[in-house]
Amino acid sequence: MASAPAVLRSEWTKIRTVSSTVWTLASALVVTVAMGAALSALVRETFDEMRPVERATFDPTVVSFSGMLLGQLAMVVFGVLVVGTEYSSGMIRTSLAAVPQRAAFLFSKIAVAGALALLVGLATSFLSFFLGQALLGEHRTTIGDDNVLRAVVGGGLYMGLMAVFSMGVAAMLRSTVLSLGILVPFFFLVSQILSNVPKAKEVAEYFPDQAGSTITQVVPGALGSDPAPYSPWGGMGIMLLWVAASLVGGYLVLKRRDA
Amino acid sequence: MAVDHLSFQVRPGVVTGFLGPNGAGKSTTMRMVLGLDHPTGGSVRIDGRHYRELDEPLKYIGALLEARGLHGGRTAYNNLLCLAQSNRIPESRVSEVLELVGLTAVARRKPKGFSMGMGQRLGIAAALLGNPKILMFDEPVNGLDPEGIHWIRNLMKTLAAEGRTIFVSSHLMSEMALTADHLIVIGQGRLLADTSMADFIQRNSRAFVRLRSPQRERLLDALHGAGLAATEAGDGALEVDGATIEDVGDLAARHGITLHELSAQRASLEEAFMRMTAASVEYHAHSATGPQWSKEV
Repeated sequence: MASAPAVLRSEWTKIRTVSSTVWTLASALVVTVAMGAALSALVRETFDEMRPVERATFDPTVVSFSGMLLGQLAMVVFGVLVVGTEYSSGMIRTSLAAVPQRAAFLFSKIAVAGALALLVGLATSFLSFFLGQALLGEHRTTIGDDNVLRAVVGGGLYMGLMAVFSMGVAAMLRSTVLSLGILVPFFFLVSQILSNVPKAKEVAEYFPDQAGSTITQVVPGALGSDPAPYSPWGGMGIMLLWVAASLVGGYLVLKRRDA
Repeated sequence: MAVDHLSFQVRPGVVTGFLGPNGAGKSTTMRMVLGLDHPTGGSVRIDGRHYRELDEPLKYIGALLEARGLHGGRTAYNNLLCLAQSNRIPESRVSEVLELVGLTAVARRKPKGFSMGMGQRLGIAAALLGNPKILMFDEPVNGLDPEGIHWIRNLMKTLAAEGRTIFVSSHLMSEMALTADHLIVIGQGRLLADTSMADFIQRNSRAFVRLRSPQRERLLDALHGAGLAATEAGDGALEVDGATIEDVGDLAARHGITLHELSAQRASLEEAFMRMTAASVEYHAHSATGPQWSKEV
């Protein structure tokens, strides 16, 4: 067997020596924080114009996380590129010649990239939260309030898991272009649209993004949305099942197919 | 099926050429050695072990595959560094192999801007990284300029002289004749020959006498009378196997036959290779200007 620390080290070198790592993770952070800040400032100005139901379920934490909808796409791109470039560059053959134990290769890569995505995700959610609350003025909440810390840590976990889910999908599809072509429209359009269509909504609630992001709500049914049929951690559990499925699928494809 | 019942051994200390027409299964065979492609039956072992059972395989076997296998957006140095780290090869070795292939000056540049020859050198540096005893090169001279071809030939000979096992594929017989000591020929995934290069040349490079005469019918009779078989070349000349120019010249003089040409010829190795693989080539070019085989008269 190849030595695990050696393979982890090698995968860390792969990640830190390409520029796409820096720009995808940096844009995940910047986009999320900036959009969250802008919307928090906007909400502060327009609070009195909100519908009564939105004011009744007002959730300052969710408002400060408004940028995640867009920022998560950068996480998806990061996850896809980490795995997909092995295939698009032809590096996969060299990588597997160096580490022929395919499980060791794939899971070392995902462990390193996933840990990095998780760290950036946590930094993103904490920054978004504190900056957003500062801009919300009198409508703000604090990290010490009930369930707020859970929502902020959960937000970071959610961002990191979006990247890991995408890594599994890219390992299954073995293509950067194909993976991005499916995941980006899915999370940005399909999931968002379906969550606003009656009936379809009941299915969309179990999509990885819808289920996982429930953890960021401090107020159930925040801002007039329908309360989810599961608890915040229950939703995170559903997302984890999706992530596990994509990783198992990715591993089986890598194991069976010729490289 | 790309490869069928193919079984052979490759020995250390010599360059073993792996020859076959395009689509014969050379790359597939090499990929199966590295465990990249799975054989439907049978196995490939290196010193008795499956590739995936090797600890730090880059220290046993280095390979240059046909397609580029490195990341274009990561510097040459870092591409090699992540490979070295995965097999616990000291980082100092990265600079060593870059020096060995003459890429030190571009170590910090990204391979996407490299020429074909530089890309090939970087691939060879990656193969040499673990200082392996076994090296496999898939079509290493493809697309290289004469200087690059010359460099690779010498490198392979040097590596073999150091006692390493060198296994190199090509679809060009002429290239193999210049580099390989031993030859394995396959066609449509089957073994056609497993022989030393000297033997192959001896056996397959047909020697014959080429003749032209205005008295063609009389010459044919005379040859026939002397028990020599003549075949007709495409341009009206005759080719005689199993005789020297002296034999044929004397014979013509005895019969008073005028000769316009009398020369000793050797068929090229390329021709011998084409004849050997003709039955197994998958994609024939049906062309009137293609090689014309002499027919019995």
